[in-house]
Amino acid sequence: MSYIAKPKVHHPSLRKNALGLTRRDYEGAITTLCAGCGHDSVTAAIVQAFWDLDIEPYKVAKLSGIGCSSKTPAYFLREAHGFNSVHGRMPAIATGAGAANRDLILIGISGDGDSLSIGLGQLCHAIRRNVNLLYVLENNGVYGLTKGQFSASADHGSTSKKGEINGMNAIDSALLAISLGATFVARSFSGDKAQLVPLLKAGLAHKGLAFIDVISPCVTFNDHEGSTKGYAYTREHQIELVQADYVPEHSEITTDYEPGSVKNVLLHDGSTLRLRKVAEEYDPTDRDRAYALIRERQRLGEVATGLLYISPDAPDMIEQSEAIAEPVYNQPFENLCPGSAELEKLQLRFR
Amino acid sequence: MRPTDVGSPDYFHKVVDCQWACPAHTNVPEYIRLIAQGRYDDAYLVNRKSNVFPGILGRTCDRPCEPACRRTRIDGKPVAICRLKRVAADQKNDIRDRLPQAPAQKNGRKVALIGAGPASLTVANDLMPLGYDVTIFEAGPRPGGLMRINIPAFRLPEEVLDEEIGYIVDMGVNVKYNRPVASLKQLLDSEAFDAVFVGTGAPKGKELEIPGRHDSDNIFIGIDWLASIHFGHITTVGDRVLIIGVGNTAMDCCRSAKRLGATDVKVIARKTRKYFKASAWELEDAEEELVEIAENHSPVRFITENGTLIGMEFDRFLSSEVDGKLVQVPDGRVVIPCDTVILAIGQENAFPWIEREIGLEFDKWEMPVVDKTTFMSTRPGVFFGGDAAFGPANIIWAVEHGHQAAISIHQYCLGQPLTDRPLSGQSLTPTKMGLHEWAYSNNYNSAKRQKMVHVQMPLRFSKMTIEVEEGFTEEQTRAEVERCLNCDIQTAFTDNLCIECDACIDICPTDCLTMTQDAEEPELREHLTAPADNHEQSLFVSGTLKQTGRVMVKDENLCLHCGLCAERCPTFAWDMRKFELHLPYAGFPVPQATPQALAKQEAKS
Ligand SMILES: Cc1cc2nc3c(=O)[nH]c(=O)nc-3n(C[C@H](O)[C@H](O)[C@H](O)COP(=O)(O)OP(=O)(O)OC[C@H]3O[C@@H](n4cnc5c(N)ncnc54)[C@H](O)[C@@H]3O)c2cc1C
Ligand SMILES: Cc1ncc(C[n+]2csc(CCOP(=O)(O)OP(=O)(O)O)c2C)c(N)n1
Ligand code: SF4
Ligand code: SF4
Ligand code: SF4
Ligand SMILES: [Mg+2]
Repeated sequence: MSYIAKPKVHHPSLRKNALGLTRRDYEGAITTLCAGCGHDSVTAAIVQAFWDLDIEPYKVAKLSGIGCSSKTPAYFLREAHGFNSVHGRMPAIATGAGAANRDLILIGISGDGDSLSIGLGQLCHAIRRNVNLLYVLENNGVYGLTKGQFSASADHGSTSKKGEINGMNAIDSALLAISLGATFVARSFSGDKAQLVPLLKAGLAHKGLAFIDVISPCVTFNDHEGSTKGYAYTREHQIELVQADYVPEHSEITTDYEPGSVKNVLLHDGSTLRLRKVAEEYDPTDRDRAYALIRERQRLGEVATGLLYISPDAPDMIEQSEAIAEPVYNQPFENLCPGSAELEKLQLRFR
Repeated sequence: MRPTDVGSPDYFHKVVDCQWACPAHTNVPEYIRLIAQGRYDDAYLVNRKSNVFPGILGRTCDRPCEPACRRTRIDGKPVAICRLKRVAADQKNDIRDRLPQAPAQKNGRKVALIGAGPASLTVANDLMPLGYDVTIFEAGPRPGGLMRINIPAFRLPEEVLDEEIGYIVDMGVNVKYNRPVASLKQLLDSEAFDAVFVGTGAPKGKELEIPGRHDSDNIFIGIDWLASIHFGHITTVGDRVLIIGVGNTAMDCCRSAKRLGATDVKVIARKTRKYFKASAWELEDAEEELVEIAENHSPVRFITENGTLIGMEFDRFLSSEVDGKLVQVPDGRVVIPCDTVILAIGQENAFPWIEREIGLEFDKWEMPVVDKTTFMSTRPGVFFGGDAAFGPANIIWAVEHGHQAAISIHQYCLGQPLTDRPLSGQSLTPTKMGLHEWAYSNNYNSAKRQKMVHVQMPLRFSKMTIEVEEGFTEEQTRAEVERCLNCDIQTAFTDNLCIECDACIDICPTDCLTMTQDAEEPELREHLTAPADNHEQSLFVSGTLKQTGRVMVKDENLCLHCGLCAERCPTFAWDMRKFELHLPYAGFPVPQATPQALAKQEAKS
């Protein structure tokens, strides 16, 4: 927590995007998290991604649960809509918001506690429904807000700050998401914005639920020796499987790569995700192999990052439910509530 | 790049743009903070230590610090550094008991200073406390040099001069007034002095030898004319006055003419505004008083009728800028009617009283050959400073010359080599007071530069001695001090503490910070969070960072010194530390850390 707000003045070279906004216009209130918290870097990456994509903040809804991670929507896009739900319920709120207004750009921020313990069921069903949502799980292996208890993502054998050993196995959110049929699964690191920002942009462009697990160290409770979610550990064990470059619609692909090393995936909005295979045998559109490879890396003690799996064409919640093309919220009252005569008719059909 | 060496004072000193630009290296941010705290006495003494005449300079300084001020690069206008100096001087209490004193026991050395301008006075100020017996020979009846006889009283009241000169003279300087030195040889031959300092200024106004120059009594040399006004020899002027030249002297001449009753005053410039020598604020002040400034005119002749000046003829030009250079093409001739002309086209040195065969070399421009560091001439024991040394400059340069010459004179008298200059030093003290509290006002304040209020127009012309600037009100002072960015509160970085969490990079409002692969400076400048295209500003480059092998780079250019990087840093790798530059003065060298002490310090961190 800082007593002064971040001064409004900025560097004169700060550029404006197509909307005439600077990156600073996408910021929010000054953070109240601990100095050095990984979550703040994720916030900065989110600010950058929204600015890069020229997204009008008022078209965005920020949703979250409870936790230090879930506090962060206050720190970006001050002009966006927001809903800070009860613990673990972000996916339900996001589902409702998406159902009411299919035009909203949804970003859900959650933590490993929020998503993998109390909200685990919620996460699973949002994935099943393929809600059109960018789901960012800020993963630090602890309940930061409640002072550092092991969370469900804490690795077996890792130790708490005071030295207790975690005896339970971890839930790996990326593997879970793939096995549940998620259509976009990525893993990244708060300390690697070069990787994280393009993934966030791709996730925003993706139709359906884009799940990004971001290792985001808790400097206060989980950045010690014995932790497997700290800055040093992650840097030592991170291995980038696939590097994703986000190429907006209409822009030419100019960089040359060795033939065969690049795979382009067309996203539904016309933009392209250019995947550079860093690990040779990897194919991020092959679900079974993706699963197997992440497991294998895990056994080697490595943290596989990058775009792990993508299926760009699966129907999202709106398509699955054959909803009307217009957002529901601006339907005339008669359409939403056609009256008791219509209700009678409907009920007759079930007699 | 090589990791930045912050061990020598130069790196952090340069970050304090104003202090670096000030010839005497006044500790500006420190005195501004003291003013903010209402500690006017302390603020005054911080000033006095380096610039000797805070009250005078707070009204008249050329203020090279202001164009350098970082605030200009942030919101377009520098902090009103100079006028805040005046606030300290005006608001202080009696500080006489805190001024340096001459010891009861003299050291047995005698020094002669020729001229009682700011240069000589500074030498006296520095040598008196060391026990020197100081004698000043002054041609005029009172001390102060051009500060007194040329800078008009409406800019610099006499009381201010008397007070600050008094602080020096009252230490027991032996001033001999109305005693022009007519022969340096004689003075040296008398062997009455261990060292002699020449601070006689550049007393000669430049001539304009064109037809008609000597046909009228109403054509004056600017600096002589101003002096005559000061001495009361001139009390009137014609209605229509032309001032030739557009430097600082011209500005004082045109405004003085207004006060003597001229109704139509024109300043005539050969070039265009961009090339005017006068400072922007002086031009503004003159124009506020409805002085007209005419560009693109070059004098051809004076026109007299029966011995009466009636006008002046000029070549006119059309000007344009080609590749950043002024190109002027003739555009006919014009006659501008007038009854008085003041020539303000520059000053020259003149040393008719210095014999050329006494081992004191002069160059082809008839200027004494003076060492730029020691201020000694080619005749050992004879020193120069102020306008006499290298031609006309300004008061603050005269002061700095005085300090340096005093150091040399002291070393000369002790028989130490003059080229062994005493070194400056630095101290860096933590400013952390609490989790998010600092010992300075770190919040950025968006206040605009305060406008100096001037005495109403007809009233201010009624007397030569009405000071035009009213000085800042308490409210203005309170607003202006908060504009200072505290550039002396430095961002100090300890590389082995950094865990590369990005917190500082993300929070920095002006994108000063970057962690990146090391490269040579030109390349590095291009690959920072924001382009570092102000090459006059330094890059700080850390040693290698532990986790990724990158380096931390800071572009000093636009740092607000807001301390947010240090606040957000979880490991105190960034810290805000107050930098103090310790300058050596005559007899007061700065203690230097021994190599052993330095090694010890290093081992600790
Ligand atoms: C009109 C005008 C306005 C100015 N305004 C400003 C301003 O606003 N701010 C600023 O910073 N600077 C200003 N300056 C410049 C500034 O006044 C000088 O740079 C400064 O005074 C130089 O100081 P000095 O000690 O070298 O010599 P001076 O101030 O010139 O003093 C020299 C002294 O030596 C005496 N002297 C000369 N010859 C002899 C001799 N042979 N024997 C004994 N005594 C002798 C003179 O009588 C004089 O008192 C201005 C100059 C002029 C002409
Ligand atoms: C219903 C409910 N149960 C328990 C809590 C207590 N609680 C607050 S935050 C939190 C865990 C947050 O962990 P995580 O989502 O990982 O967030 P982090 O702080 O680590 O970012 C818990 C258990 C609560 N607020 N509400
Ligand atoms: S407790 Fe941990 S997760 Fe919470 S703000 Fe502090 S560092 Fe971040
Ligand atoms: S003090 Fe730190 S955060 Fe503030 S502007 Fe300077 S570098 Fe940036
Ligand atoms: S905040 Fe501190 S630890 Fe983090 S990157 Fe900056 S200097 Fe390093
Ligand atoms: Mg957590």
